[in-house]
Amino acid sequence: MALLNSLRMPRDCDESFIRQVETKSRQQISKCYQCGNCSASCAYTYVYDYPVNQIMRLIQLGQKEVVLRSRSIWLCADCQACTTRCPCNIDIARVMETLRFLSVEEGTVSIKDIQLFYDEFLNSVKTFGRVFETGLLATYNLKAKKLFTDIDLAPKVLKKGKLPIIPHRIRGRKKVSDIFKRFEDYRNKKILD
Amino acid sequence: MRIGVFICKCGTNIAATVDTEAVARKALEYPDVVYATDYMYTCSEPGQDEIQQAIEEHDLQGVVVAACSPRMHEVTFRRAVEKAGLNRYMFEQANIREHCSWISKDTEANTRKAIDLVRMSVEKLRFNHPLFSSQVPINKRVLVIGGGISGIQAALDCAEGGLDVVMVERESTIGGKMAKLDKTFPTIDCSACILGPKMVDVAQHENIHLYAYSEIESVSGYMGNFKVDIRKKATYVDWDACTGCGLCTEKCPAKKSFDGFNEGLDTTTAINISFPQAIPKRAKIDPKYCWYLTKEKCKICQKICPVDAIRFDMKDETVVEEVGAIIVATGFDLVDHSVYGEYGGGHYPDVITGLQFERLVSASGPYEGHIIRPSDGKEPKNIVFIACVGSRDPSIGRPYCSGICCMYIAKQAILARDHIPDSNCYVFYIDIRAPGKNYEEFVRRAQEDYGVQYIRGRVGKIYPQGEHLIVQGIDTLLGIQVEVEADLVVLATGVAASVGAKELAEKLRISYDEYGFYMESHPKLRPVETNTAGVFLAGVCQGPKDIPASVAQGSAAAAKTQILFSRDTIETDPQIAKVNERMCIGCGKCIDVCPFGSIQWKTLRDGSQKAEVLDTVCQGCGLCNATCPPKAIQLQHCTDDQILAEIEVLCAGERHG
Repeated sequence: MALLNSLRMPRDCDESFIRQVETKSRQQISKCYQCGNCSASCAYTYVYDYPVNQIMRLIQLGQKEVVLRSRSIWLCADCQACTTRCPCNIDIARVMETLRFLSVEEGTVSIKDIQLFYDEFLNSVKTFGRVFETGLLATYNLKAKKLFTDIDLAPKVLKKGKLPIIPHRIRGRKKVSDIFKRFEDYRNKKILD
Repeated sequence: MRIGVFICKCGTNIAATVDTEAVARKALEYPDVVYATDYMYTCSEPGQDEIQQAIEEHDLQGVVVAACSPRMHEVTFRRAVEKAGLNRYMFEQANIREHCSWISKDTEANTRKAIDLVRMSVEKLRFNHPLFSSQVPINKRVLVIGGGISGIQAALDCAEGGLDVVMVERESTIGGKMAKLDKTFPTIDCSACILGPKMVDVAQHENIHLYAYSEIESVSGYMGNFKVDIRKKATYVDWDACTGCGLCTEKCPAKKSFDGFNEGLDTTTAINISFPQAIPKRAKIDPKYCWYLTKEKCKICQKICPVDAIRFDMKDETVVEEVGAIIVATGFDLVDHSVYGEYGGGHYPDVITGLQFERLVSASGPYEGHIIRPSDGKEPKNIVFIACVGSRDPSIGRPYCSGICCMYIAKQAILARDHIPDSNCYVFYIDIRAPGKNYEEFVRRAQEDYGVQYIRGRVGKIYPQGEHLIVQGIDTLLGIQVEVEADLVVLATGVAASVGAKELAEKLRISYDEYGFYMESHPKLRPVETNTAGVFLAGVCQGPKDIPASVAQGSAAAAKTQILFSRDTIETDPQIAKVNERMCIGCGKCIDVCPFGSIQWKTLRDGSQKAEVLDTVCQGCGLCNATCPPKAIQLQHCTDDQILAEIEVLCAGERHG
């Protein structure tokens, strides 16, 4: 967590960051009047470095570095309670998601291996049409070099049949992987442009 | 005398801490009391019915009600006994609520005190005798003091209703504070455009006589018949001749005169017209700066004036106007922000007040509507607005909210962003108070559409650094200190009572609160009346309010005046002083002490001089009564005998418990 004690305005305010968040999330950040209902409704504030209303406030003040390096944006479960309760109709969960994208783009992801988890999760979906938990667990633990993390849970979930050795096969796997392909084409095209 | 006593429980207001039944029982033991009872709500219709029935059944000649303060219901009960055929002054009210049940929780002590209060009222009533009021005609002219928007509205409403209006304005033009504003919230319509026509209406209305540059010297008389001395301050220009051409102001060499209309942002000439739309558009000379009046040389204006209107020998002049009602609309002044040393104490030229910003941004202002820094004339890029400067600040003795600043800084920030699109505007606030119609939406618009950066927190200090002013504040939402490199700082200076408000209140005999705002008769139910009959309030002189509220109150005061004038006569109050000529020794002390000038000499046929009370002028204060050596002058309804009788029963009365 980058500790923020003081600001100098307008020097420290990154206006382009505010515009970037607004464009990507399609939400108007200046609509937030800081009632705090998002934080009041949030299930994960207890692990956040900045409660979500402060994330919104930090965006209003153009604090790109602090926001994109915050843990909060990655610990957000995207449960949408904030979005549901916001009196100003701001889709806050979407803003949080936008911040995650920007954080990846800027290379400022603050939590170790979180990007790896996201990547492996999506790889699994791409391959099997839905997430294959056993495979995801294995590859993530392997790549993150923490082989024995959560190993104590294995007997319990095995007994309940929650760790199948073979992935579920769903219909339309091809269609799901096509989605990924379309996205990759789109991204490559954008980069070329 | 046959007396009935009625003890009110006032729900639980009295009954909770006073044994009303015991008080009623005790009252039956007093001389002349033939009937006593307690009742849940004596002021209610059935409560009043009970009094009236008792008067009939028990053949009562006088009534005592022990209930709330007479301020609350004396009129109610007087009317009730009058309906039952008694003289309305054969009634006494003992205050066993405000003076008794609300004070202590000790039922026994309260009951004892209530018994004493009732005992005294009964004793006073025994010496009462019927009093009769007379009718005096109403002078259906109204005086409006103050020519701001509220006074203008009141004057126009009265004049439209056919009343003769006398308007007195301290400055040389009407328009007040609103005339200085550029735009108005929440519609951003041009202040001069909506006020101007009303000012012209005042000037042209045949029923309105305007005394500009004049002040109230003294007020005497009473509702329906006030006499007002108005001092017309010397303008050194014959306003009947002056055409407002402005030639004199172009040639006047004393160009360093203080420009009050532009809030000191600019200087003006010694002979000046406040602003182009001034009403009346007449020139006046500021004697403090005029070369001729200070150094006896110059006279250029006199030479240049095409109509020979300049009168260097002009003196203040007093005129007398007689009116039946007075509407006070004296407005406000700004809190002096020099008490805030942390904001520069008035020493930084680029730290300005809200009203100065209005002149700055106004097209008729000194910079023709260009927002520039007063210090160097450069266009500011970073503008900071600080809310609650002189409001909500008990440390400087102003704990109240000025009510308009949140809105006017939102407006000013919008105007700043509009005039200088690449500027950054910051607003430091504690809370945003925007309760009016479309107000909250307006403040949101400032933030959402105009990108004004609102920062919740106060500013701790401002200090210069190079060309900038560093504004050091806090964002309490994040708990971080925020510094802004500002080019211009606007203090949302709060509302203070008008300079001279207290002196005027004393002349009008109306009350004011600890901040100098005039007291309404009742905070909810009589918002435009004062405790002096026939004197009404309008606008910010009564307390901070915005333009719509000031206009509404101006109209309300006009309506109250029309109601008063809908009758041709008013009843006089017979509770006044009366002279017993046989006892009067003609010492004249009463004449000296009377604050209303209501006692005069009267020569009897034998040539002896006696005091005489003018019934319609006497306010019944009792000063003469207390002063008179032989006790010849007596306040009817509160004679020495009555007071002594009350004291006697209180002192001699049996002690309870």
